Amino acid sequence: MTPAAGSEAYRTPVRPDPTAFTIMPRRHYGRWLATALILLAIGGIVRAFALGQIEWSVVGQFLTAPAILFGLVNTIIMAIAAMALGITLGVLFAVMVMSPNPVLHYSAKGYIWFFRGTPLILQLLLWFNLALVFPTLGIPGLFEFRTVDVITPFMATLLGLGINQGAYTAEVVRAGILSVDQGQTEAAQSIGMARPTIMRRIVLPQAMRVIIPPVGNEFISMVKLTSLASVIQFSEILRNAQTIYFANGRVIELLIVAAIWYIAVVSVMSFGQHFLERRFSRGQANRGRGQ
Amino acid sequence: MSLDPRQSAQTLLSARKVTKTFGSLTALDAVDLDVTRGEVLCIIGPSGSGKSTLLRCLNQIERFDRGAIWIDEELVGYRQDGDTLYELDDRAIARQRLACGMVFQRFNLFNHMTALQNVMEGPVTVLKRPRQEVRQEAIALLQRVGLSDKHDAYPAQLSGGQQQRVAIARALAMKPKLMLFDEPTSALDPELVGEVLTVMRDLAASGMTMIVVTHELGFAREVADRVIFMDGGRIVETGAPDQVLGEPSEQRTRDFIAAVLS
Ligand SMILES: Nc1ncnc2c1ncn2[C@@H]1O[C@H](COP(=O)(O)OP(=O)(O)O)[C@@H](O)[C@H]1O
Ligand SMILES: [Mg+2]
Repeated sequence: MTPAAGSEAYRTPVRPDPTAFTIMPRRHYGRWLATALILLAIGGIVRAFALGQIEWSVVGQFLTAPAILFGLVNTIIMAIAAMALGITLGVLFAVMVMSPNPVLHYSAKGYIWFFRGTPLILQLLLWFNLALVFPTLGIPGLFEFRTVDVITPFMATLLGLGINQGAYTAEVVRAGILSVDQGQTEAAQSIGMARPTIMRRIVLPQAMRVIIPPVGNEFISMVKLTSLASVIQFSEILRNAQTIYFANGRVIELLIVAAIWYIAVVSVMSFGQHFLERRFSRGQANRGRGQ
Repeated sequence: MSLDPRQSAQTLLSARKVTKTFGSLTALDAVDLDVTRGEVLCIIGPSGSGKSTLLRCLNQIERFDRGAIWIDEELVGYRQDGDTLYELDDRAIARQRLACGMVFQRFNLFNHMTALQNVMEGPVTVLKRPRQEVRQEAIALLQRVGLSDKHDAYPAQLSGGQQQRVAIARALAMKPKLMLFDEPTSALDPELVGEVLTVMRDLAASGMTMIVVTHELGFAREVADRVIFMDGGRIVETGAPDQVLGEPSEQRTRDFIAAVLS
């Protein structure tokens, strides 16, 4: 109630009854125009591919060829293994970077500095050619292996991709840890938790909310980065596609086969990411439960 | 260290010449303090006078630069061998923290856990006690703070007053010898202050030793055995509530009380 209401100086203004209005929704002409242009462009591209010199029957034939499926499985296994190694190292080095212990801090900083500072393909080549530097690996007298036996294309790819990924994930995890309020750590300390338990039980579970979207992104990148391992003879899907087209000359067809599989895998992963994000937003005010 | 404040077995906590600086700022300036078992001590004083820092030093969330603290005859943060003090490692400090429960101004409940999980976390994870037994105790504690119907609520679904009561239950679940409260009602809407003070009043009546930093002078007068006024990192005045709050001998105390009441 306005204080002046009812006084002589104030008179309630006369307004029309709002229920008498008809409301016209906004027209989005721009959207319709854009949609039409995009459909036109897509139609043009599809037409070009359909009429171009592509044998679609060859694409269909090789989509499920044993060598392609074998490469696909290798790609998926490698992406998962390298990412698991990357996340493990990432968490480890993030915690080390944030440690008050200067030895741990600077070792972790050095690791991140080196592996972010060199191209991934160069790291893969280094791992693959490790035998040139160290003909044997192990502890002399106790156990020793010939490096060429240990560093197979699979191992070289795993180490190269995983360790490189760890350097990036460490930064993501560090940002996640920093996003958790210091009060959480203090409360955990006050009930007698030691530092590692606080990380594991209190800080990291809450940091997940911040960590998962970028790590999901990097997982998707990883699926595609495995293709770099074709240069060190790891038989992932792209390398196997190449091997086939070197023999039969169907270059574009086999590249399309590989592209279809990459898109399929990435689509499934994007879907999984959505569910993980929901799982780790427990207890958040803005989570919109059950949506 | 030649200091030895050990007096009667009635003393639960002693602090001697506890000093803490942040850069050039002296947050605590040679603070001496003794707390007897079952005593309720209220600390009042203006913002920035070092009240939080004192509590945080008692619970080793903050390291202090000089001085010594004993809790239940155990030297805090160090192992003593003759006149030499050896710094304790992380695990030993974590174990010592079990002596004190702490309640924070901003509650600091674990956001990813329900009320019941918050209360159970310490006994299960830290004390490694059987989950079923802990669960029964946690249910009883939540009942004691009046939250029997909120077991499965996450902190974000609770009001400030409810969160603070869960936080008190979480601290009590560790069966501490001493409870530290750092302005437990300062972040609450005025109508929620009462429910938290009621829980604290009951706790005091049950014989718990408590150190309470608060601006609730009414609560201090009613519940405290002793009131301390701090300013500039020092204890300026200490005495019975009626004396410190009613007829303070120091001008600074008088000014502060007048400012709080106005
Ligand atoms: N982590 C910190 N870094 C720097 N200064 C601090 C820190 N914590 C507290 N202080 C300073 O120490 C003084 C005492 O702070 P505090 O104990 O929080 O006071 P109170 O709780 O009585 O308001 C204040 O001047 C504050 O700014
Ligand atoms: Mg404070």
